[in-house]
Amino acid sequence: MTGVHRVVVTGLGAVSPLGHSVAAYWDNLKLGKSGLGPITLTPAPEELTQKVAAEVKDFDPLKHFAERQLSTLDRVSQFAVVAAREAIAQSGLTFDMPLSLRTATIVGTGVGGQTTLDESFRRVYLEKRTRVFPLTIPKLMANAPASQISMDCGLRGPSFAVASACASATHAIGIAFHMVRAGLVDCAVTGGTEACITFGTVRGWEAMRVMAPDVCRPFSKGRMGLVLGEGAAAMVLEPLERAQARNATILGEIVGFGMSADAADLTAPDLGGMVRAMQAALDDAKLGPADIQYVNAHGTGTAANDETETKALHAAFGPHAKKLAISSTKSMIGHALGAAGALELVATLLAVRDGIAPPTIGYLEPDPACDLDYVPNEARALPIEAAVSNSFAFGGLNAVLAVKRFS
Amino acid sequence: MSDVAGDVIAIIAKKKRVDKPAVELSDKLLDLGLESLDAVEMIFDLEEKFDVQIPYNANTNNPRTEFETVGDVVAAVEKLIAQKKS
Repeated sequence: MTGVHRVVVTGLGAVSPLGHSVAAYWDNLKLGKSGLGPITLTPAPEELTQKVAAEVKDFDPLKHFAERQLSTLDRVSQFAVVAAREAIAQSGLTFDMPLSLRTATIVGTGVGGQTTLDESFRRVYLEKRTRVFPLTIPKLMANAPASQISMDCGLRGPSFAVASACASATHAIGIAFHMVRAGLVDCAVTGGTEACITFGTVRGWEAMRVMAPDVCRPFSKGRMGLVLGEGAAAMVLEPLERAQARNATILGEIVGFGMSADAADLTAPDLGGMVRAMQAALDDAKLGPADIQYVNAHGTGTAANDETETKALHAAFGPHAKKLAISSTKSMIGHALGAAGALELVATLLAVRDGIAPPTIGYLEPDPACDLDYVPNEARALPIEAAVSNSFAFGGLNAVLAVKRFS
Repeated sequence: MSDVAGDVIAIIAKKKRVDKPAVELSDKLLDLGLESLDAVEMIFDLEEKFDVQIPYNANTNNPRTEFETVGDVVAAVEKLIAQKKS
């Protein structure tokens, strides 16, 4: 296929702090459940200053992988493959020839195989061992999740990793969307994954001084910062005509993707960069501000992000900003960094499909600097025809996706 | 001037973003052009130098206004050092 195609989503997969499937994840988001809890994944968590994270709980890799395959998979790749398998199973596609050759695998991750890195550093520096595990390098490389999905699922088309910190997954899905739309590939398996709740990484985040000690309260008065999360989400994208020809269930349509770089501060959010990315996504989708009913915000829960994102929503949407239902999934699943954009796009697609805006939990009372409708604490039923999902990364790299109800 | 004051001034002098030959105790942190990451790095340098823990969350604290002057930072560090010894 060549030319310009409408791009639809026919499969979703998720491994999240609120469950290991899309159904469990979405049900818990709608209920406003919190996925936050004590840190248990690291050695000696009692030594850490930070006590809370949103871990993927009770994940038993042996339920999903034979021991031989497991020895090649860091936790970050385990999540990615499990999510991709779920998405592909839902799509009903089998990747025989020639579709296998024409299917892209594009996967975002912020930092790759941190568990492997942390374990090998402990061996080398702490235990003074002279040997690390033989697959240390191919387990920790940032492209491992993309490679492992392509191997596990037999996808032989273009495949690579996308790294842009907290926007990695959104960039990955956006590029996959554009490739399918342009006819460069006939299908794409895409998303993002992260598993970086390791001793060293948590220490790194502690040093940034931006983490909430207990609860993540995006856009609320009294918010004290972000909480780290982890997980993965994947989706199958294909041209509308292929999906219709095989009578696939269409879960939603991706219609726009916008990107920008702040070229300013390394970590401080930038109003101009956010606005340009949102406007680029709307332009790409050929949608106006008034066509959007729901925004899945970046909404990290830091003082600076939430205030700047609110200003950016005012600037990008004008008076219509007041009418938007805006929520932060991070209030429930923490900040899954390179997976965040994929987990949040799953939430956005299902919000549009079901006409339900998931809530922003932990919301106490309005902050004068955040004066929009953040769907506080309880999900809300409302008709949603189109929505956007925001991701704004450290390094000043911004990515925004726009989706529409399929009709 | 105490040893602590000299060390604090040296740390802040590395972070300042204005053209000023010498940092003095009466200088205001905001006037020295410290940005948010500079503040986080300054606190780290102070903690490392004096082996103290400075409670600080960038979402709720602002050292550039809470400690208005360089002298305020010196006083806070001296207090933490005294607490550690007691």
